[in-house]
Amino acid sequence: MEINDTLVRRLESLAALRLSAEERARLLPQLARILDYVRQLEDLDVSDVPPTTHVLDLPQPLRADAVQPSTPREEMLGNAPEPRAGFYRVPRFVGEDS
Amino acid sequence: MDPTPWTVTEVGEKLRDGSLTPTTLVESALARIEKHDGSLRCMTQVFAPEARRRARALESGAPQGPLWGIPYVAKEILSTRTGRTTCGSRFLEHYESPFDATVIERLDAAGAILLGKSNMDEFAMGSSTENSAFGPTRNPWDASRVPGGSSGGSAAAVAADFVGFGLGSDTGGSIRLPASFCGVVGLKPTYGRVSRYGLVAFASSLDQIGPLAKSVGDAALVFACIAGHDRRDSTSLPLAPPAHAGLGEPLPGLRVGVPRDWLGDGLDAAVRHDFDRVLERLRDAGAVLVDVQLPHASHGVASYYVVATAEAASNLARFDGVRYTRRAGAASDLATLFETSRREGFGDEVKRRILLGTFVLSSGYYDAYYLRAQKVRTLLRRDFDAAFARCDIIAVPAAPTPPFRLGEKTSDPLQMYLSDIFTVPANLAGLPAISVPTGMSDGLPLGTQLLAPALEEARLLRAAAWLESLVGFVPLGQRRNGQGG
Repeated sequence: MEINDTLVRRLESLAALRLSAEERARLLPQLARILDYVRQLEDLDVSDVPPTTHVLDLPQPLRADAVQPSTPREEMLGNAPEPRAGFYRVPRFVGEDS
Repeated sequence: MDPTPWTVTEVGEKLRDGSLTPTTLVESALARIEKHDGSLRCMTQVFAPEARRRARALESGAPQGPLWGIPYVAKEILSTRTGRTTCGSRFLEHYESPFDATVIERLDAAGAILLGKSNMDEFAMGSSTENSAFGPTRNPWDASRVPGGSSGGSAAAVAADFVGFGLGSDTGGSIRLPASFCGVVGLKPTYGRVSRYGLVAFASSLDQIGPLAKSVGDAALVFACIAGHDRRDSTSLPLAPPAHAGLGEPLPGLRVGVPRDWLGDGLDAAVRHDFDRVLERLRDAGAVLVDVQLPHASHGVASYYVVATAEAASNLARFDGVRYTRRAGAASDLATLFETSRREGFGDEVKRRILLGTFVLSSGYYDAYYLRAQKVRTLLRRDFDAAFARCDIIAVPAAPTPPFRLGEKTSDPLQMYLSDIFTVPANLAGLPAISVPTGMSDGLPLGTQLLAPALEEARLLRAAAWLESLVGFVPLGQRRNGQGG
């Protein structure tokens, strides 16, 4: 697997993170070098090994399904760059191409 | 009166008998920060008025709680109602948390005083604290060196005697590496021991909060205050915090496992020399050294950078330009708003990891990378199970090198990642591990790391306290005081 400009652009799109051309040129060889290092995982035979989903095999207690007070809406919206009438305001995205 | 250098244990007695007040301690801490932090840059925020008010409020009542009157710093990634919670990122430069992390609440209940927030690599991604959007922190032992990372600000603030202890978070070594580089004690508890509620998530299956402290006893004291079940973190273990009886007692007969194969040839000569000396001390004091094998530990860093980046790519999706303070201006549509807010808000290392994580999770590569890394994680856990059947504790160096120079590894991310070679396995397997300062090389501190089976913090801390008493490491503050400096 070769990491190239096309693949990085696809990842940018998946990650909603658009790099500048200069950033892409800088990061691409670094990503290639890291993935080259990671490829050592292929040396191991993992055919009969289950993946780790949780490190400790202890029961996770469930809490009662009861309504609890949570952080007030105004406080949560206090960090929003553009709160409006108790909501987050964003650019129009319905009925447009993108 | 300047009480530095001091440990929480020593000063706690003076606070309780009234020979020292919380206000004196806070003023002395603020004065030291004023004098020394201009060059070190450990502190990203200092809560002087709040800390003074808190000290006075404590003084209006009787001493209560194991950390009564003790000033501490919290890493920028821990949510605090006081000040901002920036995660060392431009993205969250102005973010004010509407709530306190569980650990902050618990330290509050224990009587501790939050003196400020400490510098870190952006979103805890880094091993040197050079990736902070607010500039690097310098090592108090030698200002041309890094303090380690990502909890470098907390480690340096403790080493410089600004505070009694610091809180850090450890995803792949971010408490233990800076502890080693700054000559302090750093504990990463068992996964699930300490609630992650209010810790801004980097890699949720690996992250743990823990103390950076001036002694093993202090680390144990802070750990006992922050550990325990919290219903707000579903991975928090429903167990009472462990008791810490017997710290400081000798442990003849302790079986110390040494995974020699893993230590390899790349180890710095000074680190190897110190580690050999540590083993000799332990053996002379009655420990039984046992050869153990961890055949998959050498694949730890590779496995870690797949799992951690995958989880980071998911966790950092929430920083979108809509909810958390930063938004790129003049975006005409939502996709552009996301993309440009993220480009402007994140630094290079965060971008690298988001893209890597996106890659290893993407269709066509998931099995070959993410799933395989999780399987290697199982192999590593089995290695530890087999090793701990033959020993009580495993000992390895905390870092492969002494503290390196600022700028030495910034242009080569892979070299930076390899600083974590000895620390990532504990995170991948969920084990408790501690770094204890054990030696010096050319005026720079070196640490030894001990690992224990899951939930065996009591054993880990007893072994660490024994090691501490055997090596007689002299902390920075005592050295400088001895020189009249």
